[in-house]
Amino acid sequence: MNIHGKAFKYGANVDTDVIIPARYLNTSDPDTLAGHCMEDLDPDFIRTVTKGDLIVAGPNFGCGSSREHAPVAIKASGISCVIAPSFARIFFRNAINMGLPILESAEAAQSISTGDQISVDLSTGRIVNETTGETFQAQPFPPFIQKIIEANGLMGTLKQD
Amino acid sequence: MGMTMTQKILAAHAGKVTVQPGELIEAHLDLVLGNDVTTPPAIRIFEEAGLETVFDPNKVVLVPDHFTPNKDIQSAEHCAKMRRFAKSHDLDHYYEQGEPGMGVEHVILPENGLVAPGDAIIGADSHTCTYGALGAFATGVGSTDLAYAMATGKTWFRVPDAIRVYLTGQLAEGVTGKDVVLHLIGQIGVDGALYQSLEFAGPGTEVLSMAERLTICNMAIEAGAKNGIFPVDAKTVDYLKQYAPQRYAEQNYTIHQADEDAVYRQTITIDLAQLRQTVAFPHLPENTRETGTFEAIPIDQVVIGSCTNGRLEDMRLAARWLKGRTVAKGVRLIILPGSQRVYRQALEEGLLAVFADANAVISAPTCGPCLGGHMGILAAGERCVATTNRNFVGRMGHPKSEVYLAGIPVACASAVLGRVAGTDELPD
Repeated sequence: MNIHGKAFKYGANVDTDVIIPARYLNTSDPDTLAGHCMEDLDPDFIRTVTKGDLIVAGPNFGCGSSREHAPVAIKASGISCVIAPSFARIFFRNAINMGLPILESAEAAQSISTGDQISVDLSTGRIVNETTGETFQAQPFPPFIQKIIEANGLMGTLKQD
Repeated sequence: MGMTMTQKILAAHAGKVTVQPGELIEAHLDLVLGNDVTTPPAIRIFEEAGLETVFDPNKVVLVPDHFTPNKDIQSAEHCAKMRRFAKSHDLDHYYEQGEPGMGVEHVILPENGLVAPGDAIIGADSHTCTYGALGAFATGVGSTDLAYAMATGKTWFRVPDAIRVYLTGQLAEGVTGKDVVLHLIGQIGVDGALYQSLEFAGPGTEVLSMAERLTICNMAIEAGAKNGIFPVDAKTVDYLKQYAPQRYAEQNYTIHQADEDAVYRQTITIDLAQLRQTVAFPHLPENTRETGTFEAIPIDQVVIGSCTNGRLEDMRLAARWLKGRTVAKGVRLIILPGSQRVYRQALEEGLLAVFADANAVISAPTCGPCLGGHMGILAAGERCVATTNRNFVGRMGHPKSEVYLAGIPVACASAVLGRVAGTDELPD
């Protein structure tokens, strides 16, 4: 699966309260959630994001609450992939479980700037910054996780069983 | 290679003799929890997958506590969806508003006897790690994991490494479990235990009350940890005897001990006697400072309660510091007993009268203000001292508001003085 889009760059410890503030958690409609995605951190995000774009951030992305509404909002906003040096563990699980690709790469996360054009090959973990020409290699998922991704998420594996 | 407590519990639930850090396992679960934020999406996922039954109606626990009593029509619809699901699946543990066992999920599960040593529990709420206080493995997950576990009673885990937190000494007067965990997060950072367990050990664990252990494990997630866990001792067993008498009588629990040769990524030693009252400044729980080391910070609101500090011991401590005092002019003090049981006991012990005399608002048990849901939202520029667990941007309301996290004594002193303050600044 190939991804191509422009990068939105954020800092460390982007928490789920800024990804989708709790005041909107009394809905679970993806499009409604997407309309408020990142609004407390970057009010311009939702006006400028286009389908296929990427979020690139510092360590511990998605820390805080277990709300699956966070990866749901990010995915529904059009974001195709999140790249960070590390992810908070519940966000990591949730992203895999509902099919939002995420990649761990400290080098890419440090080097990429807002607005850079990025392409990603998810099957190999190869990240290319087309604006600067730099390339980065992220770890592909282990087989156990790949099985979940191939089943289009955790609930898909249940159907296979 | 020896195993940690967490690794032993996971091995037991995966049907294995040993597990290694990094290993992916499928584990059977003793309890599966959801709330009114995370369960409605899980129900949708459950039903879209064509699932019809839960794995065990006695082991799926649903708690309406975040936007309850229903904040608005959307919240009411969410809660109604959960209520219908609980009824149609004949769930034994659905706690309606006002029932004896109702309240904030992580306050009521231990109180209602649903947690015992050796259990493996997941909850679609990040503070599910609270139950490690009883020597159980408990961790937070999302709604898809909840849906899958409601159906199968199973989930997958990556076996975690651990940080050993070795506690010695005793807490000084006015210093609490909250100060212990804030100090720890300040030391290792909000991702200091990412993907790892925080395993508490040492003689200092035994002097901490169960309420303090629950507070400490509750905030393990704020250091990024998968879980926090305390060894099982006489206090744990006494707690079980009081709150889970049947499981105690049937000896239906397992005490796991870390092996002597268990491997830890690192050991952090904390002398409890050296700790002082601690406050986490905006906007991360790791921004900790001891009281008395900063300039006067005027405040607008104080919140006492939550899954972190809403237990009976917390209410007693609040009454001890508020008795004979009143809230500073211009400050709103909101006190939320964590459960109906805590509320009733606080009523019977006269604690609520102390709060009313101090000019506090006494709220129904709810998570409300902690997550900026309702019952105490902050305006732009307002500051709040809260005994809750997160102080992220916009956590309790407007993105330009501020939350200062602290224990009960600091929250009380701050309410009385109208600024972020320790109890030693209170006039006699």
